[in-house]
Amino acid sequence: MCLSVPGKVLEIMEEDGFKMGRVNFSGITKKICLQYIPDIQVGEYALVHVGFAIAKLDEKEAAKTLRLLGELEQLQDESKEESSS
Amino acid sequence: MKYIDEYRDEKLARNIVNDISRTLTRPWVIMEVCGGQTHAIVKYGLDQMFPKRMELVHGPGCPVCVTPLELIDKALAIASRPDVIFCSFGDMMRVPGSGDDLLQVKARGGDVRIVYSPLDALKLARENPEKKVVFFAVGFETTAPANAMAVWKAKEDGVRNFSMLVSHVLVPPAMTAILNSSKNRVQGFLAAGHVCSVMGYWEYEPISTDYRVPIVVSGFEPLDILEGILMLVRQLELGKAKVENQYTRIVTRSGNTLAQEKILDVFEVCDRNWRGIGEIPQSGLRLKDEFNSFDAAKIFKTEQIQTQESPLCISGEILQGLKKPSDCPAFGRQCTPENPLGTTMVSSEGTCAAFYNFGRHELQEFY
Ligand code: SF4
Repeated sequence: MCLSVPGKVLEIMEEDGFKMGRVNFSGITKKICLQYIPDIQVGEYALVHVGFAIAKLDEKEAAKTLRLLGELEQLQDESKEESSS
Repeated sequence: MKYIDEYRDEKLARNIVNDISRTLTRPWVIMEVCGGQTHAIVKYGLDQMFPKRMELVHGPGCPVCVTPLELIDKALAIASRPDVIFCSFGDMMRVPGSGDDLLQVKARGGDVRIVYSPLDALKLARENPEKKVVFFAVGFETTAPANAMAVWKAKEDGVRNFSMLVSHVLVPPAMTAILNSSKNRVQGFLAAGHVCSVMGYWEYEPISTDYRVPIVVSGFEPLDILEGILMLVRQLELGKAKVENQYTRIVTRSGNTLAQEKILDVFEVCDRNWRGIGEIPQSGLRLKDEFNSFDAAKIFKTEQIQTQESPLCISGEILQGLKKPSDCPAFGRQCTPENPLGTTMVSSEGTCAAFYNFGRHELQEFY
């Protein structure tokens, strides 16, 4: 139940006075309430939990985390090379 | 899927584990608070990648597991009424009450439905004006904004046949309760990133300072969890105790303020009984008085319920990180996901179910 997943916003619409969106999760599309992240745009990613988007995914931060983890890898590769040479 | 797959890279995972091993100089005990993280840790075998010196204990962050038995029994009584459509998230269906569970109520003819979102329950209420539609509102801070919005909307639109049976729980008081226990072994916490996406992490700063315990907010993919553990281990080794954020792509310090405001419009903080653990002060949310006419606990007067837990089950101690499923004599024998005796065997986020589903019941000794 506590599962929350990132999905890509495909379309934004108004329904029953709520800002709603069609959001794609690995090929499955669901209608999601966007009231809590009203500034989200089509093409951006949101974290969705029980039918509500609760956070906008920060793509720059996502890239930064991966870059730092990648650097960790580089460091390890270098230290391996050093120890083997 | 973008933003999922790249955080499951095995080579990067091994590198982080190597870094953790290099950083460790002595044994540490770390708790992941959230059941979603427990599930990922056991599924990907992350706990088995570590040197034995570092121990992961699994926390109480499974809302299905901690919903008090009295409330499950109350849900069963309400769901059995012929004038009610009872709506719940799927994983509450198998939670054992004192007698049976929601699935059995359904089999006996009760109108019990699984919904994906509380808005689906509200829709059912609009479509079935002759019925009373009751939504079982359980969950942590992650689920509270959705449930708050549904009940707020019902009031706005005058949907009178909609109500909620509320059993919301809050994470920070549970962490404090664990730290206050004389049996506590936890030295660092992985805080649940999804709870923090709503609430931010400022609430954890006083806990970290007062108890001198490092807390790292982390995500749910293997690399997130491993990086979170690495950040914790670095702090522990240096004798530091602060709040750090690993899950920067989702979590900010202040969280989602719109969602927080809606929670406070609809709910107020109250003492809450946690199944298997007992009452924790100021650890729950209940509907405010102005939403009394949407409060299923007040609308449906149920008779005094005599609750009865299975005498074999030690899930309360498991939820507090004091015991492991392997310590339970019923684990994998009398108690399986098909026939759960306790709540931690029901939800996929429960520690017993995670251990069972990923084959740990075949091992005699896990640690
Ligand atoms: S294995 Fe079953 S009986 Fe044992 S603690 Fe877990 S839920 Fe309770």
